[in-house]
Amino acid sequence: MRMTDIPPAFVLLFGAILLAAAKGKLRWVLAFALPVIALADAWQVIDQGRDSFVTLMGMQLTPVHVHAATPVFATVFGIMLLGGVLYAFNQKREIELPAAAVYAGGGLGVLFAGDLVSMFIFWEIMTLGSTVLIWSGKQNDNYGAGMRYFGMHAFGGVILLMGIIIVIAQRIQTGDADPLAFRHMHEMVEGWNTLSWQSAGMWLMMLGMLVNAGAPPFSSWIPDAYPQGSSSGTVILSAFTTKTAVFTLLTAFAGVDILIAFGCFMAIYGVVYGILENDIRRLLSYSLVNQVGFMLIGIGIGSRLAIDGAAGHAFAHIIYKALLFMGAGSVLFATGRTKMNQLGGLYRTMPVTMWCMIIGGLAISGFPLTSGFTSKSMVVAAITDQSALMLEAGKSNTYLVLTWIVFEAATAGVFIDACVKLGWFVFFQKDSGLRPPEVPWNMKAAMIGFAGICIFLGVFPGPLYALLPYKAEAAAYAKVVYSFDHVMTMLGLLLFAGLSFFVLLPLMKRTETITLDIDWIWRRFIPKFWHDVATPILGQFKTVKEAVLEWLPGRAMDEADLPAPLRKRTPGTWAVSVPVLVISVMLLAYLLVYFWLVPTAG
Amino acid sequence: MIPDQLQHQIPALIVLTPLVLGLITALIGRRGLGWWIAMLASLLVFAGSIQLLIDVMHSGTYTVSYLMGNWPVPYGIEYRIDPLNGGVLCTVALISAAVTLFARRSVASEVSRDRLHFFYAVWLFCQTGLLGITITGDAFNLYVLLEISSLATYTLVAMGKGRDRRALTAAINYLVLGTIGASFILLGIGFLYMVTGTLNMMDMAERLDAIYITWGTAEPQYQKTVLTGFAFLFVGVSLKLALFPLHTWLPNAYTYAPAAVSALLAATATKVGAYISIRFIYTIVGTDAAFRGAIPTHVFIMVSAGMAILLGSYLAIKQDNVKKILAYSSIAQIGYIALGFALDNKNGLTAAVIHIFNHALTKGGMFMALGVVAYRLGNTRLQDLRGLGRKLPVSMGAFTAGGLGLIGVPLTAGFVSKWYLVTGAIEAGRYEMAAIVLVGSLLAVVYVWRVVETIYFGKRDEGAPNVQEAPITMLVPMLLLIGASIYFGVDANTTSWIAEAAAETLLGVQP
Repeated sequence: MRMTDIPPAFVLLFGAILLAAAKGKLRWVLAFALPVIALADAWQVIDQGRDSFVTLMGMQLTPVHVHAATPVFATVFGIMLLGGVLYAFNQKREIELPAAAVYAGGGLGVLFAGDLVSMFIFWEIMTLGSTVLIWSGKQNDNYGAGMRYFGMHAFGGVILLMGIIIVIAQRIQTGDADPLAFRHMHEMVEGWNTLSWQSAGMWLMMLGMLVNAGAPPFSSWIPDAYPQGSSSGTVILSAFTTKTAVFTLLTAFAGVDILIAFGCFMAIYGVVYGILENDIRRLLSYSLVNQVGFMLIGIGIGSRLAIDGAAGHAFAHIIYKALLFMGAGSVLFATGRTKMNQLGGLYRTMPVTMWCMIIGGLAISGFPLTSGFTSKSMVVAAITDQSALMLEAGKSNTYLVLTWIVFEAATAGVFIDACVKLGWFVFFQKDSGLRPPEVPWNMKAAMIGFAGICIFLGVFPGPLYALLPYKAEAAAYAKVVYSFDHVMTMLGLLLFAGLSFFVLLPLMKRTETITLDIDWIWRRFIPKFWHDVATPILGQFKTVKEAVLEWLPGRAMDEADLPAPLRKRTPGTWAVSVPVLVISVMLLAYLLVYFWLVPTAG
Repeated sequence: MIPDQLQHQIPALIVLTPLVLGLITALIGRRGLGWWIAMLASLLVFAGSIQLLIDVMHSGTYTVSYLMGNWPVPYGIEYRIDPLNGGVLCTVALISAAVTLFARRSVASEVSRDRLHFFYAVWLFCQTGLLGITITGDAFNLYVLLEISSLATYTLVAMGKGRDRRALTAAINYLVLGTIGASFILLGIGFLYMVTGTLNMMDMAERLDAIYITWGTAEPQYQKTVLTGFAFLFVGVSLKLALFPLHTWLPNAYTYAPAAVSALLAATATKVGAYISIRFIYTIVGTDAAFRGAIPTHVFIMVSAGMAILLGSYLAIKQDNVKKILAYSSIAQIGYIALGFALDNKNGLTAAVIHIFNHALTKGGMFMALGVVAYRLGNTRLQDLRGLGRKLPVSMGAFTAGGLGLIGVPLTAGFVSKWYLVTGAIEAGRYEMAAIVLVGSLLAVVYVWRVVETIYFGKRDEGAPNVQEAPITMLVPMLLLIGASIYFGVDANTTSWIAEAAAETLLGVQP
């Protein structure tokens, strides 16, 4: 490996070690320098556009490769980490910064991974970093949430690994020149619904990625885990995991229509649960699911404009979602509360936070002159274009129309959730009597900076469009983004949605309730079902009962630990008679099969 | 360096050194001296086996043949070393050396002082047997050495009685089953000797080929005798290998044996069993007959292996004694090895050979980490491991790293083996087996995580005894093995070179 193309991920991973060792001022110098160096290195690698290789585990891996979407994601990852560090500047938690650097390093590594194995390695590094980041939050239910988070991602990771191995083995079988390559899976787009091992591998890969993207039925880890970080930890958490998953899906599975369905579900799920939610950071987590849903819709459509839209939306989304989490973190930092029914009237003393959150809220809703407008509308345009193409080709466009309706409705919904509702209940409504001081300068600076980016990209989308995978389509789109009826449609939609919020205000007031989510199924339902329903039913069948419920567990346990009456019935692992019987049966089986088969072989 | 004359004698010396030194240990009876002699023998054997493997890999034919007492083949005993048994030999020697270093403090705490010299004598006999089985090219010699190692093993397991009386029951149980297994192997060899009139493995293979040709004709020769022999052989070997459903002796033997014995057995005994299976199937019986021909041995083995992987991993999840968790996990890992050689292609066989080595490193290191726990706490119940991560950071760190290897996380040796295995399974069109391997990894996540969670996130009981990290002689060999399991995960070139050479020679034997 040449000196000039050190993988950008290594800058952060190595830096994390230094960061853990450094103390005092040096620590902060390092913390600010790391994202800058990583970003500079990333751009240097992107400009060179050259792969570099390393031999590991007997395989030639490609830890540095520039994919079409790498520049836009790498840039926003760098900016995000820098903003996150600035926001965390007044934090005292020692483990938080190194964990964040490992986490971002893993994410950056995935962006540059040229082969599936190094992609997977960085993917897992990211999981480790983020788990530690959650634990460093030291909130109430933090340990359990971190565990559930880790379990979910370990599960997703193994599924992903299964898929990767099957895909690679298949490629080796078919004589692929570069079996390890992480590239677009054209086979999947054409034949995802054919039943073969080839497609099984790709399905597993895609499902593994979807777990990280927060797709159903695995959406609930996001609102479960993200609110558990510290005020600054959650800001960083919100950025990388889901967006890295979006990046991998975009690189490997662009154009797989089933992703549209996943995306639509997530878009609606995020809005509905967001409306029901009382905790600010949980609400923001739900709207995160909703926004990732929009990106999946873009990836599922798969046209060049849609890809650009998904990638651009990921860029804009990381910035404004971080901004919103920063605002929520500031409220938590200043008041120690995150429940909306305990907040209100903060506009008096926290004006900067208020304005920044409103800008973030407008951006997430795609309000004109914000980054959300210039990025999200690309996906909408791609839907309508695609629908027109389908009609021209004489095919049904119903599902695209439905997608469009879901998309617009969810856009309106998220405006109610993340902009109007959040702003209203936290900063206005009743006076909660809280008069917290405004947050320290570094938090303000980070929020103002990110709010500035939201506005800047809304007014001048050019620099963002220039980073996107398909520059020509993006440039063409830049000419029509601020057309009159586009702006008017959006304004009309959002203002009507805003109006409806105030009309329905009494219904919107939140109290302390628990909203049931899908994770109820595996945290409550399945254990309950097994205990209350399945066990009694199985108990009706005596043999099954003895075999499944008594004999098997009995075999599994050390007999000495069993109560005396059970000990007699289960032979346990001590008896010699059973194994000897098994040996005889085995010998008989071998003999029978051999004697029966051989004479007929001829 | 080594005089030529001596270098030619290495194959014999590898077996004779531990045998002679073991006798000396038993006879002189000086208590303190036993360990020193055992250590000396292990180091000599290790150096010799490395030299031997280098010779094998650099010889053009990938074989080194040594004639005992210069009797010509097939009349005398031949020691025949190719990349397969050269590799297994190095594995056994490396593990023996590392575990012997570990054993000093560990065994002293578990075996009474007046028996220490017997312990080390038997310890060396066990090594003699294992090394001899691996190196010999003579079927009957193999049986004799198998008995030496087995008898020694029963004794070693029973030595665990000082800590837990159940070791005696476990040992007698193992003795009964192990003896049945060994006598099956003896019967199998006997049947084959009846029809071929030879005991030399290569010679026997050639003569069996001549016999197969007549099968399916009007007058098949010795068909029933040979098939009966095979049946006895395969069942006997499966028992020694602890292949499901003949695995029942293993968990208790591993759990109640002294810590060092568990580490030695887990890392070497079943591995040598795997070697015997590969040798019988590929060299003597021949895959044309065993797999591709009339008798579907690979179906038997694959079903057993699949069950071993799934049930072994599942039962590992349910255990409350960490040693037992590792023991059941060993059953699953044996399933991976057996699956590898049942696949009958280069990648599968490479996976089996490489996993013999990789798993020996990982499991050996992990059992040593538990040995540290037993040394400090006196037992290895899961609940007693709570919060031990802070008290024993090195040992528990090593245990965790080993656990990652069992799961098959990339950059550990376990990943390399599973990689070859899945590739081989898919190449053979056995997708269900590839799926089982992957499900097995998922289950491994669960049982490893259960322990790791207890170690790092459990709270130590109030008033639990204060424990310290183990003495350095226990830590060094443990870190050596676990470090090696990581090293050979990152740089798999050497191991895969040897394993692929072994696979090629084995598959090349049959035209």
